Amino acid sequence: MNENEIGEFRSGVRAWLQDNKPAAPSFLLPETFMEVGTDQQFEFLRRWQQKVYEAGYLGMSWPEAYGGGGQPQIMQEIVNQEMAAQRVPFVPNTIGLNWAGPLILDMGTEADKQRYIKNILSAEDIWCQGFSEPDHGSDLGNAQVRAVKDGDEYVINGSKIWTSLGSYAKYMILIARTSNEVPNKYAGLSFFLAPMTAHGIAPTPIKKLTGEYGFCQTYFTDARIPADCMLGNEGEGWSVAMKTLMFERGAVGGQAGGLSMMDLNINDIVELARRATRNGRPAIEDPLTRDELVKLVLEAKGNAVMGSRARIPALGGTYPTAVAMSGKLRSSELKRKMTRFAVSLQGANGARYISEDALDGGKWQRSYLNSFSGTIGGGTTQIQKNILGERVLGLPKS
Amino acid sequence: MIRFSEEQAMLLDTAREFCQKQSPIDAVRQVIQAGQPLDETLWQTMVDLGWLGVTIPEIYGGLGLDLADTVPIFEAMGRQLLATPMLASTLAAQVLITNGSDDQKNQWLPKIAAGQIATVALTEANGSWDPDQITTHLNQSASGEMTLTGGKVFVLDAGVANVILVSALQGDSLRWCLLDASELPDGAIQREVVIDETRRSYSLALSDIPIRADQVLPGTAFKKIELAGMLLITAEMSGGLDGVLAVIVGYLNTRKQFDRFIGSYQAMKHPAVDILMGSEMTRSYLYHAATVWRDETDDGIVESAVRMAKCCASEQFSEAGDRGIQFHGGFGFTYECDAQLFLRRALWSQYQFGDERHQRQKLSALLF
Repeated sequence: MNENEIGEFRSGVRAWLQDNKPAAPSFLLPETFMEVGTDQQFEFLRRWQQKVYEAGYLGMSWPEAYGGGGQPQIMQEIVNQEMAAQRVPFVPNTIGLNWAGPLILDMGTEADKQRYIKNILSAEDIWCQGFSEPDHGSDLGNAQVRAVKDGDEYVINGSKIWTSLGSYAKYMILIARTSNEVPNKYAGLSFFLAPMTAHGIAPTPIKKLTGEYGFCQTYFTDARIPADCMLGNEGEGWSVAMKTLMFERGAVGGQAGGLSMMDLNINDIVELARRATRNGRPAIEDPLTRDELVKLVLEAKGNAVMGSRARIPALGGTYPTAVAMSGKLRSSELKRKMTRFAVSLQGANGARYISEDALDGGKWQRSYLNSFSGTIGGGTTQIQKNILGERVLGLPKS
Repeated sequence: MIRFSEEQAMLLDTAREFCQKQSPIDAVRQVIQAGQPLDETLWQTMVDLGWLGVTIPEIYGGLGLDLADTVPIFEAMGRQLLATPMLASTLAAQVLITNGSDDQKNQWLPKIAAGQIATVALTEANGSWDPDQITTHLNQSASGEMTLTGGKVFVLDAGVANVILVSALQGDSLRWCLLDASELPDGAIQREVVIDETRRSYSLALSDIPIRADQVLPGTAFKKIELAGMLLITAEMSGGLDGVLAVIVGYLNTRKQFDRFIGSYQAMKHPAVDILMGSEMTRSYLYHAATVWRDETDDGIVESAVRMAKCCASEQFSEAGDRGIQFHGGFGFTYECDAQLFLRRALWSQYQFGDERHQRQKLSALLF
């Protein structure tokens, strides 16, 4: 595409988004695809995904034969940028669109592609992920859910935790142990595209600190799934899982696109400081509050300039991996601080919670409580600091 | 967006190598102990490298590069705690380039590029350098004779300076006066005791110093000079942060307590990572400010970028120095521990052109 064509396409996308962006509903929307907790929220977001797909703005670079657009990847990137700029809702089927879908296109059979891809795009089939286990946190290689072959089926036993969308999902990307008779723990793992409809699979919602639901613990009790839903060969589960994580982290392309969470940036906090009142006056007029706000702006801007410097190899300095390896730590801690501060901007009313009386329906209070998913999930802040200390500074192991 | 020029990349490599060679930590301690106002051999080597002329226009014998292009040099010097009159001379040259007449530039810029030492006198005993707060005045008698009256403090390298650029008020307006150090009365320049022992700092007493018309600069720009000073000191601080972090990491990896390297304790490891993050952020802000300084025409954007960088550096470097002492335990309490050299440098730098609280106050007005 030349620059004119790109510009034209971009303005077309923008116009469509502006015309079709759904009005804010009467209830609070979840902040990320991981937080979808009510049928009302789910249906709203699923309808939005359907609409975006029907307009041709999802899976634009996926093959036409399976329901994709067959277009260059750059078009999907433009759509994603415009979706972020217009702050439209996110699409709920992130695991399907951006993790499982690319994986199936990469290594699935023709039958897999025919069966799964189109319904991922249209949100007809929701996907979830069964990686983490209650006793093993982020230690994926140590997964203990058992899969024992019996004829043309596998019998699954055990449980998975933090299953986002577990109650709505039709399929799960599942990692399970098919053998203990192997030289190392990784070689005993296999990867499945498991139907959640099988008997003996019971996703049980977990109530979060926000009081909402959004995750499940998924129990497997002699659940039988067809043997042909294994992806890759028996014993190759670890390498398939690693490939999935590459898609998940955006390290390789091929994702179907769409937003996966509500954006929050420092300008939202500045804007809130003008609207919210402390002691009857706009928070931004209070000198101490202003100073705290400047500190947060400095941290947010600091994160942005760090990203910018990291793109210049000549400025790598003594610890050239420090910026890239600390991204999750810095962004999740910043979000926690911003949302905590957002509550404090409301003075006495900071004590309110999700209700009509609360500022913006209580979304800031909920957002602060939810922010711990970032500072805990995917390796806690404390674990991140161990990793940075050991791998970047070269300090001895704790 | 950060951009990094070819000139900067080249200077970065040269400067790092040079400063590492010229200023290992033993040499820093020797400089402190000797107490000499100037290491003339070292100074001449820097002059020969062309560093004093980097920002001076080519017609005056310099390289004609942007002030931002010197950032890597100051960063490298800060890394090794190398203190020379280059900071003072570069800043004084900026005053002349920005505010001087053609004659004044002709007279002094080629000399500065060739190694004559220049400095600026801005801050006063009340702790302010702000034109609204200073009390040094340029007075004019009925017959038209001008005199300069007042006093300055924290004048770097004044003891070896050939020329001093002094900020003063004429009525309510800021003026710059150019003093030839050889014309000052005996005793006008006195060495001060400052917390950073690598610095040579002086007070300047100004009692009815006669001023000729050709000693007054036609330009009156002040903020740009203040911001230039912040940018250069931030560069030094960014280097200093890298230096103190190396001292900390070195100790955490070699010192054992209770049969373990102390760096294996999370109580040490996690704050060390916090210092790393502070250092990375400072350096990013520094090169962002340098980019904006060179490329941006909007004064407010330049001011914000430079103040943000100085704010971040002030907070992070002083905290790193502070933790650096604590991490060394009993040894940290002794003069022999190198962490104190960095903490003292951090404290001196923190208060030059405003610490983090000062910067946040200014940023608050600039941002919202």
